[in-house]
Amino acid sequence: MSAHSHVDGQLPHEPEKATLEGRNKVLGFWLFLGGETVLFGTLFGAYLTLRHQVGDGNPTSQELFDLTLVAIATFILLTSSLTSVFAIQAMHKNQVKAMLNWLIVTVLLGLGFLILEIYEFLHYLHLGHGFTTSAFSSSFYTLVGFHGAHVAFGIFWITLLIIQVFKRGLNTTTAPKVYVAGLYWHFIDVVWVFIFTVVYLMGKVG
Amino acid sequence: MMNRWHVVKRLLPLLAVMALLLSACGREDLSTLNPQGPVAEEQFGLMKLSISIMVLVVVVVFAIAIYVLIRFRRRPGDKTIPVQVEGNHKLEIIWTVIPLVLLVILGVPTIQSVFGLAKDYSKDENAVQIKVTAHQYWWEFDYPQYGVKTAQEMIIPTNAVISIEAKTADVIHSFWIPSLAGKIDTNPGGNVNRMYFEAPKSGVYLGKCAELCGPSHAYMDFKVKAVDEASFERWVAGMKAPAEMPSDPEIAELFASQCLTCHAVGDKGGTIYPNLTGMGDRLAVAGFLINTDDPQYKNEGTVYDNLVRWIADPQEVKPGNNMPKVDLTQQEIEAIAKYLSEQKLDY
Amino acid sequence: MAHGHAVKRYSGLMDWLTTVDHKKIGVLYLIAGGFFFLIGGLEAILIRIQLWKPLNDFVSPDTYNELLTMHGTTMIFLAAMPILFALMNAIVPLQIGARDVAFPFLNSLGFWTFFFGGVLLNVSWFTGGAPDAGWTSYVPLASDTYSADKGVDYYVMGLQIAGIGTLVGGINFLVTIINMRAPGMSFMRMPMFTWSAFIASALILFAFPALTVGLVALMFDRLFSANFFNVANGGNVVLWEHIFWIFGHPEVYILILPAFGIISEVVSTFSRKRLFGYSSMVFATVLIGFLGFMVWAHHMFTTGLGPIANALFSIATMLIAVPTGIKIFNWLFTMWGGSIRFNVANLFAIGFIPTFVMGGVTGVMLAAAPADYQYHDTYFVVAHFHYVIVGGLVLGIFAGLFYWWPKMFGRMLNEGLGKITFWTFFIGFHLTFFVQHFLGLLGMPRRIYTYQDGLGLNGMNLISTVGAILMGIGTIVFLINIIVTAKKPKNLSNDPWEDGRTLEWAIPSPAPEYNFAQTPLVRGYDALWKEKMDGNKGMTPAEPLGPIHMPSPSILPFIMSIGLFIAGFGFMYNHYIVAIIGLVITFACMFLRSVIDDHGFHIEPDEMHDKGVKG
Repeated sequence: MSAHSHVDGQLPHEPEKATLEGRNKVLGFWLFLGGETVLFGTLFGAYLTLRHQVGDGNPTSQELFDLTLVAIATFILLTSSLTSVFAIQAMHKNQVKAMLNWLIVTVLLGLGFLILEIYEFLHYLHLGHGFTTSAFSSSFYTLVGFHGAHVAFGIFWITLLIIQVFKRGLNTTTAPKVYVAGLYWHFIDVVWVFIFTVVYLMGKVG
Repeated sequence: MMNRWHVVKRLLPLLAVMALLLSACGREDLSTLNPQGPVAEEQFGLMKLSISIMVLVVVVVFAIAIYVLIRFRRRPGDKTIPVQVEGNHKLEIIWTVIPLVLLVILGVPTIQSVFGLAKDYSKDENAVQIKVTAHQYWWEFDYPQYGVKTAQEMIIPTNAVISIEAKTADVIHSFWIPSLAGKIDTNPGGNVNRMYFEAPKSGVYLGKCAELCGPSHAYMDFKVKAVDEASFERWVAGMKAPAEMPSDPEIAELFASQCLTCHAVGDKGGTIYPNLTGMGDRLAVAGFLINTDDPQYKNEGTVYDNLVRWIADPQEVKPGNNMPKVDLTQQEIEAIAKYLSEQKLDY
Repeated sequence: MAHGHAVKRYSGLMDWLTTVDHKKIGVLYLIAGGFFFLIGGLEAILIRIQLWKPLNDFVSPDTYNELLTMHGTTMIFLAAMPILFALMNAIVPLQIGARDVAFPFLNSLGFWTFFFGGVLLNVSWFTGGAPDAGWTSYVPLASDTYSADKGVDYYVMGLQIAGIGTLVGGINFLVTIINMRAPGMSFMRMPMFTWSAFIASALILFAFPALTVGLVALMFDRLFSANFFNVANGGNVVLWEHIFWIFGHPEVYILILPAFGIISEVVSTFSRKRLFGYSSMVFATVLIGFLGFMVWAHHMFTTGLGPIANALFSIATMLIAVPTGIKIFNWLFTMWGGSIRFNVANLFAIGFIPTFVMGGVTGVMLAAAPADYQYHDTYFVVAHFHYVIVGGLVLGIFAGLFYWWPKMFGRMLNEGLGKITFWTFFIGFHLTFFVQHFLGLLGMPRRIYTYQDGLGLNGMNLISTVGAILMGIGTIVFLINIIVTAKKPKNLSNDPWEDGRTLEWAIPSPAPEYNFAQTPLVRGYDALWKEKMDGNKGMTPAEPLGPIHMPSPSILPFIMSIGLFIAGFGFMYNHYIVAIIGLVITFACMFLRSVIDDHGFHIEPDEMHDKGVKG
């Protein structure tokens, strides 16, 4: 019943599910990710409808995309997914310090991804591929930008959680938060895998 | 086909009553219940079939409901506890299967009709091809086979299939002639829609815009005039004849500078706004001002009166349309209206 | 058991602004939804006055388009859904034996975002023009090229903000129903209303994000010159139609399913009989929810999707008739052999059944694509969806309000005034909309500002207007009823209808803050009825009497929503500083919520007895 009867060091095996509040949070977050899936699904639908509408004289996806850069970004983000798994594993073993370290690595990798993405966008702008250039460009920036905004939000959120756990320790209130942040991070990775396939690979081969 | 009719035959008695009720319902030139061509007739047939099935369903439900409400109403002071029935598999299967059967009866002709009405006549030499372009708030009709373009009144021969290619110049509208055929949206950006219809009986049919398109959506009416083949040929010839300008050179000058920049008469003038050839025997001005020598309602008048009213203040008649208040004096307006009202094609 | 900190408990206005109690949030939803219902109703009356005679000029064409747009948008998003949320909030936790919803804080946030989204939308009336492109806002008419004023921006912004609230509410109900059920309350013992709330919430979860994307795309087009729907730069207007209806059709079921649930409860209670075919009712509800996502393109038969798409969507749409039919017959056979009581709640429920059948059968007629080429965008369609939404949903809401009013407020609505409301509203409804079927078939398109004289449309339009006024009178009588009722003493028993079957009738009317002093043990479907039949006085408790943990009230949801409200204005008027200030307010609240732990507080057993509450 009470969320506060456990003190540090005596956490149950899965502290995120130890309380009803925790279980509610985890379930609610899964459902939220279901809604997010529809959100990104619709964005993908819009992008697929419009991706050949480049207009006259504007760069096409074949001309624009640089797969090396994107592959590096993909590698960074997928690695960050792995490090977030390590963080949750550490949490389940009640190794708070290891968990925090892995979370910090995750955030840093996320930042690296974001910087690459910003560089990529600036590069495209330079090539004459602005947000208002064509239907293709609008839907591209909206889809990829929505994902980027999710990454940015995730970075802020996990940073905040790191500070919270650092100050107050891991307990049945903070554990579900870390756990759902981990879910969130996996989700944006999965979305990126789809973006990499649908936007970049399909965009490159035609 | 045979199978479908076999099923329909069973419903015939009900259908007959319904048909009696529905036929001759509404005006010949406007009602979907009074179809004047094969396409509208096919759609009406499907409507009759579905209405018959649905009336059957409604009657059954109402009958059970009324019986139950009377038979099982609570008497004052009744404290008895009715038997708590959980369900009844037999009944539940019955009211799952019967609707499915009814849906098959409706679904088969629906699919046949969907594909039948999607037939493409755009390559058919014998069909009259008409390109419909919707504008806020008027209709442009282009006859590429004849090199004729007109507005607001679609003249068609009674002996041919009319093949429509519909698009819009601005927002989405919907092209609808209730008594001849169901509607099709006009989409922008090269997304062209096709449909066809026939009007075997000569006469005038009212057309409507059916998709909200702005403040004057309600006024975006057009007419379809079905005439015999010879008349149609005369009309085409009349449309292509050299334009006869106003006899008064001053008015002719004014007409050329103020009107022909946008509008066309015969072979003269611009083509971006409605063609004015043969205004004198059009049925309406600006789609909504009905031309009649015996005006009864606010939106009716003689061709001349309507033209004067329209040119004097287009926004009053059709708010939000693109025709400006042209810089003309009242006398000049009247002179131009008089000239236009005398332009007749007599086809 | 560690005690929570002493939490400041507010009273008066502050209590309502900070409450996280699902019952109070239910009342807030009812007040706000009812207010918007009156606004939408007024708009409807103005529309009908404009159309009462041909060539009328009671309002201008521009105003008319604003009225029809705002009437639809308001009624769907700001009236119907919130009033359903009111009933769901007030009743669902009680029906499953829960003390609260899963996320009380988010519940409050959901209400306030909906409320401020709705207010923002309606502010447009005073800032130079409400949205005027229809509640569907088809592009290009809704694009900045053809709707240059700010109206559609309000639509886009208001619905996005209100949509957040709806989504949050949907997730909240899903988790509540999955995780918070009392011991013994298995899924197949849940009352039908809870089931329908569950499925409707799932539909919200999967439908609203699609709308959000559509609105964001339209907003980007209008505010930041994106090209989603800008044909000149390769945009696609049919894409909007798809996105809108992928959301829009499930939305119809989000509205009607809870009404089905209400009818199931009311009919069963006042027939003193178990719901006939409970499992097939559950199955039908799930099936309708599932099929609801498969049929969106039947709104687009005339768009030109081609015969294959039209044929498939025709058949898929017709299939929905089967589960709906199951429901209708199950209700009829629930009454069969029962002892039917004709009070106002049941009158509305009984009135619902044939009315909804009429709306349903025209739905099947509309599903036949070639016939729909004739019906589409005419008054036939207007008649159809008002039969399902007013004749179905609104009658259902009235039934639910009369039925649960005692549980929500501890007072019984006046039966005499209620019967006046029923008959005026019911007759007015059929007068208004029955003739509209024929207006459509005789060639009257929908959304037209006026019509020509002499086309044979005058008489039926007049009848329709008279009917609308009757419905207005019925609504006013209902308002009077509320006022009259509010002056009566609160002295109702737990089960004022005496035929109550479900858990909400096992606790006092109105329900205490903690709902159940002791969580009940559920021993079967119709949990309370089962105990009654077994000769027990009430529910068997599943736990000993102990202190009850309650969540703390919070002003943060209110402030967060104000932040979004401010940000909305900033974006619309290109004052990005204002937009950023608004967003900062919202995010600061999220930050505070994250770092400040909510320990809540406890209600002790002796406190419960102090309030005269039986355990």
